Amino acid sequence: MDFTTFLIQLLNAVQYGLLLFLVASGLTLVFGIMGIINLAHGSFYMLGAYMAFVLTSMTGNLLLTILIGIPLALAFGAALEALLFTHLYKRNHLDQVLLTYGLILIFEELRSLTVGDDVHGVPVPEMFSMSIPLSDTLSYPVYRLVISAVCLLLALGLYLLIQRTRLGMMIRAGSHDRDMVQALGININGLYRTVFAIGVALAALAGMLAAPISSVYPGMGGGVLIISFVIVVIGGIGSVWGALVAALVIGFADTFGKVFMPDMAGLTVYLVMALVLLWRPEGIFRKG
Amino acid sequence: MNSRVSTFFKLAVLLGLAGFPFFGSVFYTEVLAKILILAIFAMSLDLLVGFTGLVSFGHAAYFGIAAYMAVLLAPQSEAASLWIILPLAVLCAGIAAFVIGIFVLRTKGIYFIMVTLAFSQMAYFIFHDTKLGGGSDGIYLDYRPDATIAGFTPFDFNQTSHLYFFVLAALVAVYVFLTLLLRSPFGRVLVGIRSNEHRMLSLGYATFRYKLAAFTIAGALAGLAGFLYAVLFGFVTPEYLSWHKSGDVLLMVILGGMGNLAGAVAGAFVLTGLQEVFADWTKHWQLLMGGVIVLAVLFMPGGLAALPGRIVARLRKGENNG
Amino acid sequence: MAEILLKADGLTRHFGGLAANQDVSLSLERGVLHALLGPNGAGKSTCINMLSGDLPPTAGRIHYCSKDITRLSAYQRSRIGIGRSYQRTNIFTQFSALENCRLAAQSRHPRPWRIFTDALSLTDTLERARAALVEAGLGARASVIAGTLSHGEQRQLEIAMVLATDAQVLLLDEPLAGMGSNESAQMVELLNELKKTRAILLVEHDMDAVFAVADRVTVLVNGQVLESGSPEQIRNSAEVQEAYLGVEEAVHV
Repeated sequence: MDFTTFLIQLLNAVQYGLLLFLVASGLTLVFGIMGIINLAHGSFYMLGAYMAFVLTSMTGNLLLTILIGIPLALAFGAALEALLFTHLYKRNHLDQVLLTYGLILIFEELRSLTVGDDVHGVPVPEMFSMSIPLSDTLSYPVYRLVISAVCLLLALGLYLLIQRTRLGMMIRAGSHDRDMVQALGININGLYRTVFAIGVALAALAGMLAAPISSVYPGMGGGVLIISFVIVVIGGIGSVWGALVAALVIGFADTFGKVFMPDMAGLTVYLVMALVLLWRPEGIFRKG
Repeated sequence: MNSRVSTFFKLAVLLGLAGFPFFGSVFYTEVLAKILILAIFAMSLDLLVGFTGLVSFGHAAYFGIAAYMAVLLAPQSEAASLWIILPLAVLCAGIAAFVIGIFVLRTKGIYFIMVTLAFSQMAYFIFHDTKLGGGSDGIYLDYRPDATIAGFTPFDFNQTSHLYFFVLAALVAVYVFLTLLLRSPFGRVLVGIRSNEHRMLSLGYATFRYKLAAFTIAGALAGLAGFLYAVLFGFVTPEYLSWHKSGDVLLMVILGGMGNLAGAVAGAFVLTGLQEVFADWTKHWQLLMGGVIVLAVLFMPGGLAALPGRIVARLRKGENNG
Repeated sequence: MAEILLKADGLTRHFGGLAANQDVSLSLERGVLHALLGPNGAGKSTCINMLSGDLPPTAGRIHYCSKDITRLSAYQRSRIGIGRSYQRTNIFTQFSALENCRLAAQSRHPRPWRIFTDALSLTDTLERARAALVEAGLGARASVIAGTLSHGEQRQLEIAMVLATDAQVLLLDEPLAGMGSNESAQMVELLNELKKTRAILLVEHDMDAVFAVADRVTVLVNGQVLESGSPEQIRNSAEVQEAYLGVEEAVHV
């Protein structure tokens, strides 16, 4: 592999990893803070992608779509928490698995009923549609760099949110001790609703950003969900920092797995997970 | 239900099932055979979820691996001997469960759920991405296994009713096997682990080994179900290992009430029945299925098995109030 | 010289930068009840957890019958004869009292491969379980579901389970916690009976009970051994009174 190809794969790996981080960070926050295992998290990614498809075909502009889509996703997340997830906090993991599995079926069928089962493409926003030439024959699309940049900004934002804000303080406290959070007089219901809504919005945003490069298709949430599980397992439940590192590891494993072992491409990610499990069964960045 | 009534009820159901091929059509005999196979599958998972407290979300892997073995280990142009290929397929599933168990049993709780799911997905990709089993299209089983042994052929799988009886016998055998297993010292330890694993450790039990043994046995029995499924339908696809399959079987166990073998069988009937009925009504039957699941979790904790008790309790409460 | 069963040398355990136990040494002899005293947070639970194998020590060694068992896990230590009870009742609440003890007894002779044998038909295990229940004073309550036993009975069941494992060393973590005075008196009687044939480590808050049964007392303060000696010695030690007894009394007033 020459250097240019390597560079392209490297950029792809980083971009894929960062996109996965957006999905996995919400999942790990909801696990870590609320103690909920949410199988339907991948559906929020799908929701974002289909919003990108539907809204962009109406507005003609992905940026506008994202501006509309994020508040919609936040509202959707808050509503879902208030209606359903709030009943799950005192239930065991099995009930959580079941209910969220039922939700996947519902979301998939609603998608099928409203948008249909066809595969759709979403155009890359015009202002980012050019490519940067890397050699005579190879070039790299600007849009992928934009995705990476946006994800990095969001990762930084998430870091600042958790480390520097009052909400972040509550999140940090919540991920350690629920009773203490309540003793501090923090509105735990409001905290949970906010965290859940942020998780939904992050996954939906990942779906919106990914739509132009991955296309939009039925069942796209399932694959992302399981990869996100792998990331959470590797990174350690509740650790956003762990999710970032693990997502990048998985981005690299998947991208270079496809290059070096095209026949076994789907497997590399799981092999990495198996190795981490042997080494540290509770993830690399397990808290406490 | 007291135990005598319960035993009588189970025998009556068994008698009904045994008589079915004499009256029902071939089509419905096949549907019923499918349900009975799924019931074996559900019982095997119940050993983990209901009795050992291990919520596996990747049980379809062992079902699918044995199903593939039913095809891949068979000769291409003639029928395999049932007595060789069935044990081999079950053994493969058991070995896979043993190896995967070594990894997944290092984790607990939410991790365990996610990791079992991830490993089953790994198995899925092995068959989906490689040419081993025909890739994503799957592979056909051209000849159903031959039951001839020492020149004598006790039954013929090409007759659906024979296959049906074999499946029914397998179901009864698995039920009896698990019932005995759960009464044995080994089974008692599993139930102890579900109740309080930490205490089992401090009482001197190497709980990891017990869980690994249970995981292996459950995988092998799931393999038995997968093998029969492949023989019944004559083809195998990666979907047999998909996480939807794992979700469905988990649903059967929970619907039937965990830790209740007969409940797991009932769960297989109810879930498959619901699927058939909903699919009859509408193309978008999963919407109804999802709705039923969500409502069941919210309003019916404990599953079907807890339902009679809940109704009785409600009635009693009504009497007391009245 | 009495037979030393369990011996801990220089046990140390750090949690992050905090030393929960620092250089703790003690030995347990057959026929002797050794009490571990100390105010809340002194490191008593950490110590018993290290002895039982629930927590690996950061430094130090543990010997059982002069064999180094520092690296053995909890289940391996149970196998060789070290049994423990828990401060917070830790039983199988859905099972009968007898089944709790039967499981404990079965661990001595597990026979896991006999998968077609009814566990209840293994009479040696069943008899051992019954005997343990009787010894702990629960003989009449065998068939009661453990979760519905009274608090005091659940504490007795904790000990019955340890007895069913035929443990030679009993590590008892506050067996009197939450008991009424009547139940306490019964438990003290039981402890006096048990120590005749076994070695016992008793972690306890109840001073009266400790001085009623202990042959030796070790006082732990801030994770370190403040003093170790006979009950008389401890009762009269100015240091102990200042560090521990005085505090306790102040709290009681």
